[in-house]
Amino acid sequence: MVAGVSKNNISVTLRVWRQAGPGKPGGFVDYPAKNVNSNMSILELLDVVNDELTLKGEEPIAFAHDCREGICGTCSLMIDGKPHGPNQGVASCQTYMRSFEDGAVIVIEPFRAAPFPIVKDLVSDRSAFDRIQQAGGFITVRTGAAPDANSIPVPKADAELAMDAAACIGCGACVAACKNRSAVLFVAAKVSHLGLMPQGQPERDSRVLAMVNTADELGFGSCTNQGECSAACPKLISHDFIVRLNRDYLSASFRSAFCAHAAGSHAD
Amino acid sequence: MSLIGNLFCSTVGRKFLMAVTGLILVGFVIGHLVGNLQIFGHPDSINGYAQFLHSLGPLLWITRIGLLIAAVIHIWAAIALTRTNAQARGAQHYGVNRWIRAPFASRYMRLTGFVVLAFLAYHLAQFTLGYASSATFKGHLPEYTMASDFHIFGFPAVEKGHAVDDVYSMVFYGFQNPIISIFYILAVGLLTVHLLHGFQSVFHSFGWYSASWAPALRAVTIIFCIGFFFGNAAMPAAILSGWLKPAQGTNVAAQPRTALNQSP
Repeated sequence: MVAGVSKNNISVTLRVWRQAGPGKPGGFVDYPAKNVNSNMSILELLDVVNDELTLKGEEPIAFAHDCREGICGTCSLMIDGKPHGPNQGVASCQTYMRSFEDGAVIVIEPFRAAPFPIVKDLVSDRSAFDRIQQAGGFITVRTGAAPDANSIPVPKADAELAMDAAACIGCGACVAACKNRSAVLFVAAKVSHLGLMPQGQPERDSRVLAMVNTADELGFGSCTNQGECSAACPKLISHDFIVRLNRDYLSASFRSAFCAHAAGSHAD
Repeated sequence: MSLIGNLFCSTVGRKFLMAVTGLILVGFVIGHLVGNLQIFGHPDSINGYAQFLHSLGPLLWITRIGLLIAAVIHIWAAIALTRTNAQARGAQHYGVNRWIRAPFASRYMRLTGFVVLAFLAYHLAQFTLGYASSATFKGHLPEYTMASDFHIFGFPAVEKGHAVDDVYSMVFYGFQNPIISIFYILAVGLLTVHLLHGFQSVFHSFGWYSASWAPALRAVTIIFCIGFFFGNAAMPAAILSGWLKPAQGTNVAAQPRTALNQSP
């Protein structure tokens, strides 16, 4: 939940990971911030700090941000050891300074994982998620005139559940929080939101096989059912989707082994 | 990829293999516990039971080889996934490391697993192979004569008067040693912690878990783990504390462990 409004200004120290570029050595640098409006977001505080750095002629802190309203999944700060900061179900951009104590030392790091290489400072390259998505996170739609709305009946419960999964903004907090750097919550959300809908059925098996195998190839780790991912997720995607993913993956694997295949085609 | 490729090479497949083999091993430890609790009964029970298991011949070996394969796959998958996960973490670690809500047992699966493996090696050396504590190994003790017929599920298995290995005395001699007893209790404690996460995790990896019956599964897991721990710990604890006295007609009753140590 987003923290309540406060009228008190606070002073904090930002301990920020600075790294000049990919593969370069990095380290923490302290930036004291005095008289901070506690209703500004931590991204806005970084803006303020960057203004001061720029005026001093220093290199501003690079950090990823875009919509700043919690729906784009671009912001990606590891704040005091938890992706997106201390609150539950909130992205970094909606983590306000009132969530911190006066005088706090706030450690800010980039999301770290071997498949998310650091670009600079707090920016990590999460395009590995795009490659997983490209492997199967889509449905086949015929071109031509738009079909009649509601021509395909979808049970209400399925639609709701699919929407819960579709809430994933692909920020990578699940990977950052997981001790194994597993992308399985992201993959599970993408596989489930399409797999729950009738439109997603034709590619259901090939989708789950391709997306899991692509995540493996990209070097993400495995799930150990600890639930750190859904605890860190700004959209609170349920761990139950991972169970669903496992079921889909295993049944697709068994089906592909025992089903007849058309001549010339290969088992996925 | 093929089915075998998916199961043995993908992360989800390897977790499935861990779950299947883990479940087989859980099944074994439950059977093992139930069989061994017969130590609290007449020596005919556990000695007759051990004789019955040995009389199974090829069936016993099929089971042993099956369990060995399950253990090997379980450990192989654990090592393979651990390596993948270490690579996925990359070289640079976080400055601040913290847990958000991972259950306690889940954080120490590798540690508890390794201790259980070390314990298993010792346990087999002591009670199955006779490499450790060989003086009191069943094969080196005088045989025990069955005082009555031993039945299993109502079927006669071992006849009265039959001379069999004195497993009863071997266990008593073993657990009268405080170091061995305490190691056993500690090891089953850690195995219980391992199962506390592992048993539930099986349902995740199979794809059978859901929030709707999670509380029931949690309750079953906790009840099972409590029963498992106290069942296993009861044997060394009862023998070490002297609460369980050796029954007459066994080697351990005729010659206590203290006398055994003094004899040249």
